[in-house]
Amino acid sequence: MDSIAIQKENNSGGPKKASFGKKLSRQWQLVLMSVPMICYVLLFNYGPMWGWITAFQDYKPKLGISGSKFVGWKNFIWLFKRADFLQSIRNTLGMSVINLVFGTVTAILLAILLNEVRHTGFKRFVQTITYLPHFLSMVIVVGMAQNVFASNGPINQMLLNLKLIKEPIFFLGEGSMFWWLVGVINVWKEVGWNTIIYIAAMTAIDPTLYEAAVIDGAGRFNRIRYVTLPGIKSTFVILLIMNIGRLMEAGFELQYLLSSPLTIDWAQTIDIFVLKYGISKQQYGVATAAGMFKSIVAIILLFGANTIAKKLDESTLI
Amino acid sequence: MNPIKERRIKQDWLFPLVNTIFLILLMFITLYPVINTVAYSFNDGIDALRGNIGLWPRKFSLESYKSILSDKSVFMAAWISASKTVLITLLNLFWTSMLAYALSRKEFVFRKLFTVIMVLTMYVNAGLIPNYLLISKTLNLRNTYLVYIIPSMFSCFNMIVIRTYISNLPDALIESARIDGAGDFRIFWQIIFPLCKPVLATVALFVAVGSWNSWFDTYLYNGQKKDLYSLQYILKMKLATTQQSANAAKTTAEAISTLGLTTPITIRCAITVIAAVPIIIVYPFLQKYFVTGIALGSVKE
Repeated sequence: MDSIAIQKENNSGGPKKASFGKKLSRQWQLVLMSVPMICYVLLFNYGPMWGWITAFQDYKPKLGISGSKFVGWKNFIWLFKRADFLQSIRNTLGMSVINLVFGTVTAILLAILLNEVRHTGFKRFVQTITYLPHFLSMVIVVGMAQNVFASNGPINQMLLNLKLIKEPIFFLGEGSMFWWLVGVINVWKEVGWNTIIYIAAMTAIDPTLYEAAVIDGAGRFNRIRYVTLPGIKSTFVILLIMNIGRLMEAGFELQYLLSSPLTIDWAQTIDIFVLKYGISKQQYGVATAAGMFKSIVAIILLFGANTIAKKLDESTLI
Repeated sequence: MNPIKERRIKQDWLFPLVNTIFLILLMFITLYPVINTVAYSFNDGIDALRGNIGLWPRKFSLESYKSILSDKSVFMAAWISASKTVLITLLNLFWTSMLAYALSRKEFVFRKLFTVIMVLTMYVNAGLIPNYLLISKTLNLRNTYLVYIIPSMFSCFNMIVIRTYISNLPDALIESARIDGAGDFRIFWQIIFPLCKPVLATVALFVAVGSWNSWFDTYLYNGQKKDLYSLQYILKMKLATTQQSANAAKTTAEAISTLGLTTPITIRCAITVIAAVPIIIVYPFLQKYFVTGIALGSVKE
């Protein structure tokens, strides 16, 4: 630890620098301020990585990591032979992509519409209202979804009244609809929140650009197309990279709470798989392997997306 | 307003009109499920089984709220949720901002090393099972109140947000205090901490909402300990039971016969209202803070 810091100092050092020890003794207060939380993070964030060993073991809680038998890649091989694990990968990616596309498109659309509102009071009011669902817990949201999508709920009633359907649709019990349901609920919950960053980017656009566009005879749609959209392009790219890095995080709570035995084939994400095998069935080795697979794919996705972005010469993340 | 803008506004009135109507419709869609839940919670239990309640209770009743208020376990859970939220928020703000200050000092010898240690945790996560094994087996925190507090005392993302904010404060503030002989602890407490109010308000909101809304920690670690249930966990269990009874009962009559006077659906909605009210009251007041907070978070690194 010390040697790295010394090296850093030397590399960046000017002609005459105080020695490392001297600096350290002068900065004892800063050290005292940071060391507790560094230890905390080492314990709670890096400590559990030790548990990745169990992915290569036939882990028995009684024996612990040191006592359990090593089995090599057996857990991973077992996983990839299981239909429900492959299903969870499919569900995770499927719902992630739906969330990513729906979420991004709706957020940009709403941000543009809000940006066109001249009355600041009304704009602020719409924002306050649409932020609300972001702060509600998933338990609350799923409860509301159960009411709204019930077979005697308002959506079915509306469709029946409009004569679009003859029989109520059993939204919550249809596996084929589950992904879309998750997409719709996520949009409802997060669309307002997701606009914040785009609106911030839009306020940063130089107003003279709009004035110039008006003088050039651009109508409202051309102004949006040639000024607003290019203005949020870099924000869009950054968020896209971040979200690609999160493709393995399709969400856990929503699917877990919303699913039922009828829909589990389409609802089970990798996280739910890990929970089921790790906590309920106590097959720690297999579950850890599944979680580790998820983490590693996530890192690869993130760095891959970042490299591509660098090649495209856009602003990058790390 | 300049003449060009004036002309533009006069020219097209259609778009603003359609836009306004659309946004009003959007607000209606956003609020509908919320108001619907409130309406259910004030409706008579058996009547609610017929469904079709819109924005107003069909048969007004306070039964659900009465039965909740007579239920000690809900009170207990509300207390657990509220106390852990306050404790976590205070501890988290303290530790997070203190480290943020230390890592914002350019002269700090461990600055680079510690920053790397912190930032990496945002990309690599050990996963559920290793974390579970650490907390329940190694640290033996299962079935304790502390399991809510200890693992949530610090958050790396928030630390970076606060650090960015501190870095943008004028350096002269700190330097002049140092010349006056103040140490880092004093500079942090008396100068930096008060100046960070806007960003701390944002972080406090995120931490508090996260803690108030969590049920998974209870499920994972305190599922066998009834007096440590959080409000959201109770709600989660009610959710499971209404789902089951809704699936099991094919007809309304059957559902009525299996359930008592106040049915789980109205009770569930009443607990939902109780769990949502604190958040609905608090967040609009912090709106101006969290918008800047998010913008700060987005420019991290």
